[in-house]
Amino acid sequence: MTTTDTADLMDYDEVMARFDPVLGLEVHVELHTNTKMFCGCPTAFGAEPNTQVCPTCLGLPGSLPVVNGKGVESAIRIGLALNCEIAQWCRFARKNYFYPDQPKNFQTSQYDEPIAFNGHLDVVLEDGEVFRVEIERAHMEEDTGKSLHVGGATGRIHGADYSLLDYNRAGVPLIEIVTKPVVGAGERAPEIAKAYVGALRDLLRALDVSDVRMDQGSLRCDANVSLMPKGASVFGTRTETKNVNSLRSVERAVRYEMRRHAAILVDGGEIIQETRHFDEATGTTSAGRRKETAEDYRYFPEPDLVPVAPSREWVEQLRTTLPELPWERRKRVQQEWNLSDLELRDLVSAGALDLIASTVDAGAPADEARSWWVSYLAQQANSRGVELDALPITPAQLARVIALIAEGALTNKLARQVVDGVLAGEGEPDEVVAARGLKVVSDDSALIAAVDEALAAQPDVAEKIRGGKVQAAGAVVGAVMKATKGQADAKRVRELVLERCQ
Amino acid sequence: MSELTRLTAAELAAKIHSRETTAVAVAQAHLEQIAATDTDVHAFLHVDTEGALAAAAAVDAALDAGQAPASPLAGVPLALKDVFTTKGVPTTCGSKILQGWIPPYDATVTRRLREAGIVILGKTNMDEFAMGSSTENSAYGPTRNPWDLHRIPGGSGGGSSAALAAFQAPLSIGTDTGGSIRQPGAVTGTVGVKPTYGGVSRYGLVAFSSSLDQGGPCARTVLDAALLHEIIGGYDPLDSTSINAPVPPVVAAAREGARADLTGVRVGVVPEFRGEGYQPGVVGAFETAVEQLRALGAEIVEIPCPNFTYALPAYYLIAPSEASSNLARFDAMRYGLRVDDDGARSAEEVMSLTREAGFGPEVKRRIMIGTYALSSGYYDAYYGSAQKVRTLITRDFESAFQQVDVLVSPTTPTTAFKIGERVDDPMAMYLADLCTIPANLAGNAAMSVPCGLAEEDGLPVGLQIMAPALADDRMYRVAAAYEAARGGPLMDSAPRLEPVR
Ligand SMILES: [Zn+2]
Repeated sequence: MTTTDTADLMDYDEVMARFDPVLGLEVHVELHTNTKMFCGCPTAFGAEPNTQVCPTCLGLPGSLPVVNGKGVESAIRIGLALNCEIAQWCRFARKNYFYPDQPKNFQTSQYDEPIAFNGHLDVVLEDGEVFRVEIERAHMEEDTGKSLHVGGATGRIHGADYSLLDYNRAGVPLIEIVTKPVVGAGERAPEIAKAYVGALRDLLRALDVSDVRMDQGSLRCDANVSLMPKGASVFGTRTETKNVNSLRSVERAVRYEMRRHAAILVDGGEIIQETRHFDEATGTTSAGRRKETAEDYRYFPEPDLVPVAPSREWVEQLRTTLPELPWERRKRVQQEWNLSDLELRDLVSAGALDLIASTVDAGAPADEARSWWVSYLAQQANSRGVELDALPITPAQLARVIALIAEGALTNKLARQVVDGVLAGEGEPDEVVAARGLKVVSDDSALIAAVDEALAAQPDVAEKIRGGKVQAAGAVVGAVMKATKGQADAKRVRELVLERCQ
Repeated sequence: MSELTRLTAAELAAKIHSRETTAVAVAQAHLEQIAATDTDVHAFLHVDTEGALAAAAAVDAALDAGQAPASPLAGVPLALKDVFTTKGVPTTCGSKILQGWIPPYDATVTRRLREAGIVILGKTNMDEFAMGSSTENSAYGPTRNPWDLHRIPGGSGGGSSAALAAFQAPLSIGTDTGGSIRQPGAVTGTVGVKPTYGGVSRYGLVAFSSSLDQGGPCARTVLDAALLHEIIGGYDPLDSTSINAPVPPVVAAAREGARADLTGVRVGVVPEFRGEGYQPGVVGAFETAVEQLRALGAEIVEIPCPNFTYALPAYYLIAPSEASSNLARFDAMRYGLRVDDDGARSAEEVMSLTREAGFGPEVKRRIMIGTYALSSGYYDAYYGSAQKVRTLITRDFESAFQQVDVLVSPTTPTTAFKIGERVDDPMAMYLADLCTIPANLAGNAAMSVPCGLAEEDGLPVGLQIMAPALADDRMYRVAAAYEAARGGPLMDSAPRLEPVR
């Protein structure tokens, strides 16, 4: 399928010479509420399949939904942060379609009465230019379960030998944020798409409403792309690319689709309105579901739920809970840390700025926070081929490691091992320290024994030190550090070596 | 037949609580009556002998230990419509598609019954997914009317009402989406109540039409229905449409009504519910009942409700639309029937084949109507317009209740018709719910109380009494007064009405 699907691509500059792109971005955010949108089941990621389920989220006959108030609250806060109007009165609606991972064969969503609408998000591009993306709506809905198709060539439902279903994710609160058509992006369209999703992610993180982990699916982006001839005003036929699981992929997918569309259009071909599947490995898209017979979801107001009518007092009270927004924080951090525009941009484009700021907020000194994120952790992200913020370590965890160093409980070398442990999923920093036995050896008697042993093993070096050649101590310190597997404080070892040679 | 089965629920409770008899003896008497009559009547889809006797024994043990009864009906047996989930006990909704399904949870109604010490004898027969007016749409065969085994017991809750008329249980639970409690009550000579929408939790009630479905009590007397109403009613946080308000004082109203004085009560007669299609004997019994209400001191006024005539078509758009979505979950993936899963067929094919095999013709008809009515381009014309009619009907009720306390009409245009008579004519079948549907669309309270026998066929007729939302007590008062004036419960005054055996 993928091979026959390989498309001709037009050179990007030529695309821009002939066409104007129109984007539409639909972002699904999984809220990290403790419980699901319509039942009391936990939402934690990674549990054993089908252990976080109940009659309601399994869609058992007779079960009924009850709205999670925290989900509504998060939706309103997101709407406010996106400069949206908040509905005075809105309803949930049923979106009807059959799919095995959809327990009721309808999704409880919102249709023509979203909780938030008519907003915008100002996106700062790499060169500092600001592009305003208009927001059409943000609405509440529930996630589906997950299907795992086993056997067959494609890993998709058709051709699979059998499928496994996990309903742990079914009913997890989702907010779908939909842009108005993004026009006028020109050649920067792929970059704007990426920057928009990145800005949205930073915003949602600052709001503390979601884990916003694209790799785990808590932030998912569908990119709609169409082209129209330069100067035209009627939009072309669009395709909707799904499975875009990283910021980089957003940019690549948009660019790929623009080039593919252009090649088809100049050949006199027609774009098929369809969903496309983005392949991270090849950077290409392949045809998914055809949309030519426009799917009819038969929306109607959800009769099992009462309307949501947030009072204006509540909305205004929620407005006061909005945190410092990421772009405001950037401005402040730049001043506080005395960063040049270029330094700031480097940190932002490396995805490090917010992480550093959060680490500082968690109690770490700015210099050290910065040094960890831009050097050791950046290397780790690089070698894993993921974005910095996809590393499984939180700013709070890093701040704890930095605090342990400051307390003298860890050396820098040990600290890196602790970070490795956290990255390997071994738990919180203190748990890693305990489990791996990574503690600075501060018991002098044990150290003295090790120092004496090292001195005895290198009598000539010991003699040199005694003769005043203090710099020779390094060899003995090295031997002790080796013997203690790096768990000793090198500074203290050096002091002891000198003491024992007096 | 044990004399115990002839008693009302209130009388049985008194005897059990005073230890004159035991809950086990009462349960046994009813289980024996079921064994003796249900081959003919077929009111039950599942008799839970073991569960019933265990529940009865638990009530006896608590009473013997000196504990107060868990409720005024503790120890009294009940028949539960097979549309409520019962943990560990099969729940089929009268459909093949749920054959063999054992729910892992209790409906709120089920839980409240158990907590009240009510002994659930088993699950009663019904039209598949509550779609029908004769119980002939059950996948497990029809229920027969104890008054005449060749006739239908009404529907969809024919099993629950027939169980009362056959003295198999003194109490039962039904659900009313368009009349499924009241119409069976009318044609079996029993009492059937559709409480205010939101008055009884729908959690665990397998949905037919979510915005119309309402569980409610069925009994042979008005007081018994009221006692049961207060046990199953009340706010449930698991049902978002449940009303967060106290249950109206229906027991007190029934006792008040039993004094047979309706002085100062204004009763409105709905003129739209008579004329063509109404059996003369039904109209005659109804008019006699109105005169009896007048004799009790009630002021009788005619109150036109012009939009009620659009209720039936509006209902047959709204209910199927919601049903088409509610019934989508029966897809063979997680529970219930699965056919032709040979390993080669796709999930879609297995879903489709299972739904083809598992749903009966009426359910399929309504899924198709509903799917069409909701489809893009038709929504406004069908579902949208029907919702507007609903608003108009609600306004008719509002303006009527500014003038009167309750409205009355016949419950259903005819007495019980013959089994098979209307199966090939869905429109004729739908007309059985002509008078009952407006209250479902508007969400207010309504009930059917026996109002004698039709002159031409000697079969029971029902008097429908409708009250404003949250004023269920008003109709209980009128019903109890009328019951007393007519000479007590219909079943009592008709000893010749033993089930034909
Ligand atoms: Zn759940």
